[in-house]
Amino acid sequence: MKILMLGWELPPFNSGGLGVASYNLCKALSLNNGIDIEFILPYNSQHNIDFMRITPAIDQSIKSIKRSGIAYDSFSYIDEQGQTRWLSMHDQQQIYEHAVSNLVENTTFDILHAHDWLTFRAALKVRERKNVPIILHVHSIESDRSGNKHGNPAVQDIEYSAMNLADRIIAVSNYTKLKIMEDYNVPENKIEVVHNKINPYEFVDYDQSNVYSGLAKFKEAGYSVVTSIGRLTIQKGLPNLLHAFKLVVEKNPKTILFIVGSGEQYRELIELAAYLNIGQNVMFADFQRGKNYRDAYLIGDLFVMPSVSEPFGITALEAIGYNSPILISKQSGVAEIIKNSLKVDFWDINEMANQISAVISDRVLHDELLNNSKREFENLSWDDAANDIHGIYNQFIGEAA
Amino acid sequence: MNQKSILLYLHVHQPYRIKHFTVFDVGNDHNYFNSTMDNDTNNEKIIYKVAEKSYLPTNQRLIQLLNDNPNFKLSLSITGTVLEQLEKWHQPALKSFQELVATNRVEIVAETYYHSLAFFYSIKEFEKQVEKHRQIIERLFNQTPKVFRNTELAYNNELAAWAESKGYTGILAEGWDKVLGWRSPNFVYRPVNTNRIKLFLKNYKLSDDIAFRFGDQNWSEWPLTADKFAHWLSEDTNATNFDLFMDYETFGEHQWDESGIFDFLSHLPSEWLKTPGHDFKTISEAIETFDTKDEIDMPYTVTWADTERDLSAWLGNSMQVNAITNLYNLEQTVLSTNNEAIIDDWRKLQTSDHFYYMCTKWFNDGDIHAYFSPYDNPYEAYINFINSFYDLKLRLIELGYSV
Repeated sequence: MKILMLGWELPPFNSGGLGVASYNLCKALSLNNGIDIEFILPYNSQHNIDFMRITPAIDQSIKSIKRSGIAYDSFSYIDEQGQTRWLSMHDQQQIYEHAVSNLVENTTFDILHAHDWLTFRAALKVRERKNVPIILHVHSIESDRSGNKHGNPAVQDIEYSAMNLADRIIAVSNYTKLKIMEDYNVPENKIEVVHNKINPYEFVDYDQSNVYSGLAKFKEAGYSVVTSIGRLTIQKGLPNLLHAFKLVVEKNPKTILFIVGSGEQYRELIELAAYLNIGQNVMFADFQRGKNYRDAYLIGDLFVMPSVSEPFGITALEAIGYNSPILISKQSGVAEIIKNSLKVDFWDINEMANQISAVISDRVLHDELLNNSKREFENLSWDDAANDIHGIYNQFIGEAA
Repeated sequence: MNQKSILLYLHVHQPYRIKHFTVFDVGNDHNYFNSTMDNDTNNEKIIYKVAEKSYLPTNQRLIQLLNDNPNFKLSLSITGTVLEQLEKWHQPALKSFQELVATNRVEIVAETYYHSLAFFYSIKEFEKQVEKHRQIIERLFNQTPKVFRNTELAYNNELAAWAESKGYTGILAEGWDKVLGWRSPNFVYRPVNTNRIKLFLKNYKLSDDIAFRFGDQNWSEWPLTADKFAHWLSEDTNATNFDLFMDYETFGEHQWDESGIFDFLSHLPSEWLKTPGHDFKTISEAIETFDTKDEIDMPYTVTWADTERDLSAWLGNSMQVNAITNLYNLEQTVLSTNNEAIIDDWRKLQTSDHFYYMCTKWFNDGDIHAYFSPYDNPYEAYINFINSFYDLKLRLIELGYSV
């Protein structure tokens, strides 16, 4: 069985969770399920991946990739000479679409599997040229990214036509499935839910010395650290967390909120923290990778994901992997698979403050939450997601045969 | 002629559920149980719902059955916390219970007023609550209980010895296979190291056929009719007593009217009584009638809950143990205040339901459907409890106590 997969990024050249999910899924599909995958990327780079073939749609060699805060705004590619090249999302998509439609002329495959709206126009183009089943994998939709119903209408148009023409849609949560039905009028039986997963064995290898030694010293002095990690964008709901945190600090002055990530809300959040007079309790770190990224989770006593709308929310799983109990918004997909978590409506500032205060002042609650969520975490595996997707492929291959 | 009795025993209880009580309420609001929200922590609303859906229609049937069948009898346990709430919010339901008891064919069983696990934390406090329960039963029903049942049927040898020393003639427990071995629950037993008190063991298979499986259309015996059930009982030719112990709310609440549960209840007495030698007995009558068959040794606590039949649903995780231990640690200080409101709140917080709501084992087993709670998850239950606890502590501090 050969799958042509249309993706947007793969680690280490990724700007967010989409690349990580694509990578892990393909790895399990290829190594466990014996699926032959050709993965098309919008850039050319050395990925060190041997379990599938990676084909660049556009011959741009890059060393790094960066995304501005808003998911669909623009990308910047840093090439091997260190030059930064900005491409608007629209240009980028057009180039990708054109390249993919030429590419498939000389390629044979059984199913086209496309990840998120950026690749959907290309998927539709392929549909015009080849009679193959189209499966769309939805990691987020426009109303998630914009934080409300009034997203970019150009993007909504693409999502609407692609989802209605696709043969099957894979949603990363029931939450997302319902939103797809609501926003785009897609019939329920066309959408299957395959939750994102995580590979717990990847989390064992971390060392004890934390790069955030300043925070560690504060903790020694009796402070608690609440972490939030993600893009600083409207979708993530951080202003509400700051408002809640003000109430927390009034009760527990020895509390620090540690915000890790970059995005267009960065200045706004700093100003809000100052305005709320909790500037001395809020610390910002920029976008981080590697040990700096892992240590941010590890230093926290509680991880908070206050998203306004979160199709899945892989950071919450990573937090558990790095020994932090989680408080997540009810408007998230990950809430469906981690029962042992605190859950709050993203707008309920008082309750958010109440639950944060409870965890940082009660070690028993902290440990119970962490130990039980850890047990759920240990049972997760991308292999299960790959098996589900293999089952969906088989429905179509079966039909063809 | 083979003498066989059904011992029907129904347990009536409602806790005072803790409202959404946040860290911002601590020190500002001393009312933990007065939710006015339209949700499942609104105790008044729940009492009204349960009274209308379960207590009134069930008692109406029971009265009818008592009138129609002179040989129909049953036993009840009713906690102080539910009686208090009925007195405040639903007098007709309370009256209907009083009517039942006035037939002299309904026996009330002793227990703790607050449906607590005090026996395992403070015998002194436990005895006070049993005494308080005796008083309210005497006041409302003009009856003095002679048979004892502990909260959740939590039983061990020590409890039996305690009950005998206090003059109780009978005690109830779960007929758990691991304790009974080859023995049948359908006889009267003697607790080890006691002389007079008699032990009655719940036949959980027959009881659960009614309480849990009755409405389950996937059950191979569905639909369960009164004559089929009476026939099963007749087949045990040696038995003397079938101890059918269950929550009163089985009728109309756990099993809805639509399931046919009330028809079953209405027909069971006539189906059972039509065979000579069959009757219904209260526990005290069974104590007088039947001799003990054997001795039962239960060194470890056995309850009527879950597949484990232990206290793990209440005391199985560290939140539960922390909450209950902290609460009982306040005993001396709370009592020394002589402040009725503080003592009463402290005791209402002892109700076992609060700890049950904090249970995480079903979350971990993936059997989330077993989690009955007014809260979204066990952690929220714990947060509401512990915040109430801190407020109670603050009230003690404000009175000048150091806790």
